[in-house]
Amino acid sequence: MTSHDCVIMDTAPRELTQNPLKKIWMPCRNGLPDTRISQRRVCMTNCPTLIVTVGLPARGKTYISKKLTRYLNWIGVPTKEFNVGQYRRECVKIYKSFEFFHPENEEGLKIRRQCALTALNDVRQYLRVDGGQVAVFDATNTTRERRGTITRFADQNGFKVFFVESVCEDPAVIAENIVQVKLGSPDYIDCNSEEAIDDFMKRIKCYENSYQPLDEVLDRDLSYIKIIDVGRRYLVNRVQDHIQSRIVYYLMNIHITPRAIYLCRHGESDLNVKGRIGGDSGLSSRGKEFAKCLGKFIQGQNITDLKVWTSQMKRTIQTAEAISVPYEQWKALNEIDAGVCEEMMYEEIQGHFPLEFALRDQDKYRYRYPKGESYEDLVQRLEPVIMELERQENILVICHQAVMRCLLAYFLDKSAEELPYLKCPLHTVLKLTPVAYGCKVESVCLNVEAVNTHRDKPENVDPSRMPEEALLTVPAHQ
Amino acid sequence: MPRQLTQNRIQKIWIPSKDDKPATPRRPIGGPNLANPPTVIVMVGLPARGKTYISKKLTRYLNWIGMPTKVFNVGEYRREAVKNYSSYDFFKADNEHAVKIRQQCALAALRDVKCYLTEEGGQVAVFDATNTTRTRRDMILNFGRENRFEIFFIESVCDDPSVIATNIMEVKVSCPDYQDCNKTDAMEDFQKRIECYRALYQPLDPDQYDRNMSFIKVIDVGRRFLVNRIQDHIQSKIVYYLMNIHVQPRAIYLCRHGETLYNLQGRLGGDSGLSPRGKKFSESLSRFVEKQNLTGLKVWTSQMRSSIQTAESLGVPYEQWKALNEIDAGVCEDMTYDEVRENYPEEFALRDQDKYYYRYPAGESYQDLVQRVEPVIMELERQENVLVVCHQAVMRCLLAYFLDKSAEEMPYLKCPLHAVLKLTPVAYGCKVESISLNVEAVNTHRERPEEMKKCPGILSRRNSVTPLTSPEPNIKKPRMEDLENAFQEMPSSPPSLCTSSHLNVAGQNLKRKTSNSHEIPQHCQ
Repeated sequence: MTSHDCVIMDTAPRELTQNPLKKIWMPCRNGLPDTRISQRRVCMTNCPTLIVTVGLPARGKTYISKKLTRYLNWIGVPTKEFNVGQYRRECVKIYKSFEFFHPENEEGLKIRRQCALTALNDVRQYLRVDGGQVAVFDATNTTRERRGTITRFADQNGFKVFFVESVCEDPAVIAENIVQVKLGSPDYIDCNSEEAIDDFMKRIKCYENSYQPLDEVLDRDLSYIKIIDVGRRYLVNRVQDHIQSRIVYYLMNIHITPRAIYLCRHGESDLNVKGRIGGDSGLSSRGKEFAKCLGKFIQGQNITDLKVWTSQMKRTIQTAEAISVPYEQWKALNEIDAGVCEEMMYEEIQGHFPLEFALRDQDKYRYRYPKGESYEDLVQRLEPVIMELERQENILVICHQAVMRCLLAYFLDKSAEELPYLKCPLHTVLKLTPVAYGCKVESVCLNVEAVNTHRDKPENVDPSRMPEEALLTVPAHQ
Repeated sequence: MPRQLTQNRIQKIWIPSKDDKPATPRRPIGGPNLANPPTVIVMVGLPARGKTYISKKLTRYLNWIGMPTKVFNVGEYRREAVKNYSSYDFFKADNEHAVKIRQQCALAALRDVKCYLTEEGGQVAVFDATNTTRTRRDMILNFGRENRFEIFFIESVCDDPSVIATNIMEVKVSCPDYQDCNKTDAMEDFQKRIECYRALYQPLDPDQYDRNMSFIKVIDVGRRFLVNRIQDHIQSKIVYYLMNIHVQPRAIYLCRHGETLYNLQGRLGGDSGLSPRGKKFSESLSRFVEKQNLTGLKVWTSQMRSSIQTAESLGVPYEQWKALNEIDAGVCEDMTYDEVRENYPEEFALRDQDKYYYRYPAGESYQDLVQRVEPVIMELERQENVLVVCHQAVMRCLLAYFLDKSAEEMPYLKCPLHAVLKLTPVAYGCKVESISLNVEAVNTHRERPEEMKKCPGILSRRNSVTPLTSPEPNIKKPRMEDLENAFQEMPSSPPSLCTSSHLNVAGQNLKRKTSNSHEIPQHCQ
């Protein structure tokens, strides 16, 4: 939810100075920021959290791990997944058959245990040394004994533990999972589909006898969520803190029903044409042309029950109007607020605020316009939109450049560094379809000319640079 | 042909217009319309399991976020019908006449639910009763099906005797039923009342009977939850809310930053620093906080200089939330009210017409603020002792949430500088104490203009719905026509254990606004 910053205190009230990049007021001494405060952390939980998946193979553990990791990173919580199967593949270069997983295969057991411990070591490294906040320990963890080991490890290191168990007995779901993600796994690289499925089903059997699901009584003191039948039902026990609460909320909102998410910007606007940012102008004639083409395109896609969302800015609404489908306006989808730079051209920003312009190039994600917003602020603002997008099915979001970059970064797992430079040109629709562990993207250009509004990061980001150097990458405009 | 767009003058929303006149939007578009069919939330559980507590709190939350919601407490209907509560005998399963009355009460309440959801613009109705039998719940499900209402059950299960006893002491012994009883007798009678229900109690069964129902089972006051088949956005939000609230005693302190230079100049917005008096206030605040002797106090500020400066004096760690920043006055930022009136006379007038929905050009409205501040509320629910140092409009939003103030009232709540409001949860509501720290400051409060008080806004109320608080001012009395007959057949009542007078106790009052003594302090400087 929030990237609210923690500030540690001292004695008498200190003077405040405003950090030039993020425009955050911080205490300072002798005109310089109090160095102890320079560590900005997203403060969601006091100690690192270890999320532990639980469940038989093909129950969606890795799907959940990856998706959750992607979400947490996007909202600013440094998260990493540790897939024990990967460690096993490192260790046992060639996978022969399900026999490896047989409960009586001593050699196999030994290796698997070793892999788990190695992974836990890496978890420790990540959470204690590398600045990680959440680690997702992705393995079957189907025995109480294994979970006990993990809990002890977490206690020793001061980590909180939260279990995510996935329980499912629907054969159709399991079969589909195997087809989607197991057939293509390195383990089955030299098998045909039937062999692979057959072997994998036997692999699941190896775990079944020793599976001890999280128990209402025996595990009553653990914090966990049990996901039953792909989200039809949830059992939530002892949520300890904010981050666990957010995780539960997220898990309860995601689904796996096939659907498509269409992202595009409004049609070209009058201000776009003039090379000005922000504002609330209407569509240019080419923009109107695009809106018409968009309408035709959408019709051609023959989408069932399409929802259309826009921002509350005129240009997105004008675009939606041309589609003749009911649409809903979200203020949260409004373009990034450029504060004092609203409606300026980049040249003017360079002229009036050369320092600001340089700072923005130095750290475009965290840079906040004076009296405006940063990409980081945008992400916070957009989080409820993402949550609702997860709940929805077929949907078209008509938004703005910076906003679209944020949404895209979420779906395509782009880092904070990449996010502000993602290419989201006017008059192009991106169609996202969930597939396997990620998202397929198709880019559809609707062949209506428009200005380019993408400004690459220039070579020289130093405030002492010449204006020409700063303006080198400004796209052409009227 | 794409329709022309015009910008609605109050909310600054772009809407398609006919003949150059803005079409009235069908509802106040603060956000997407995410709850289409009306929803009936049905409480389930033995007496003293917190059903009414949850009903009221949830209703308060939903109304605050703009979802018109109302509670229908069947116990209240019963008290209307059966003027004098005699004893727990009324609730015995074999008391045929009473059973009939209770059934009639439930039906009357459902009729009012239907009316609220279909004719009065309600979106969510909370049906607050034990609903402990399958027969009763099946009846409600049919009612839902007939009327195309979504049904969502909230069951509260708890067998911890100390929790039950505490509940009974907090809200039962002082309820109208036990008006003239001493606490021990009331407690005893109530325990027997619970027993009447227990034998027939059929909890929700997720594995068989109720596996297709949408519900949440809250176990042991939130230690554990079972969530089944969430269907839509509103149910998802309700579940999230229920999972974040708790009943631990704690205090929430709300105050504004100390007086700023802009305050002295009568200017809106900006990001100015504290005046000398503002600094003095911060020091007083620090002493005040120390004296409160709180365990584990969290301090939250906005990201504006004034609130951070104020917190700096406290000598404790604090967290900055951008979401707590003051309302964005857009083009009016840094102006005095006179300058606004001069430069934007129409805007000035519009704001007075409808201060809640009014959005500053290129700025925000109170309605926007509520949306922005909602994650703060959610986190406040999770926390224990917290001091929030914020700003006038933001504080009004937060206060409106805690004290169940309507959208009309919110922008006029009195939140003077240099005063701290201490909120403590009590019974079904919130106790408020106002502490003035005796440091002079300007008054930044603008009253609702006189003309506006008399007539409704010139811009018609749209076809939109004004979020209602619960209960409403002119509450419809439960319709009891059918009960007259039932009542006449009842044998003469045995001498009462207690006599009930008019309805007026904690949580049961039918007057508008907050429960009993929690009026906003009317002081100002």
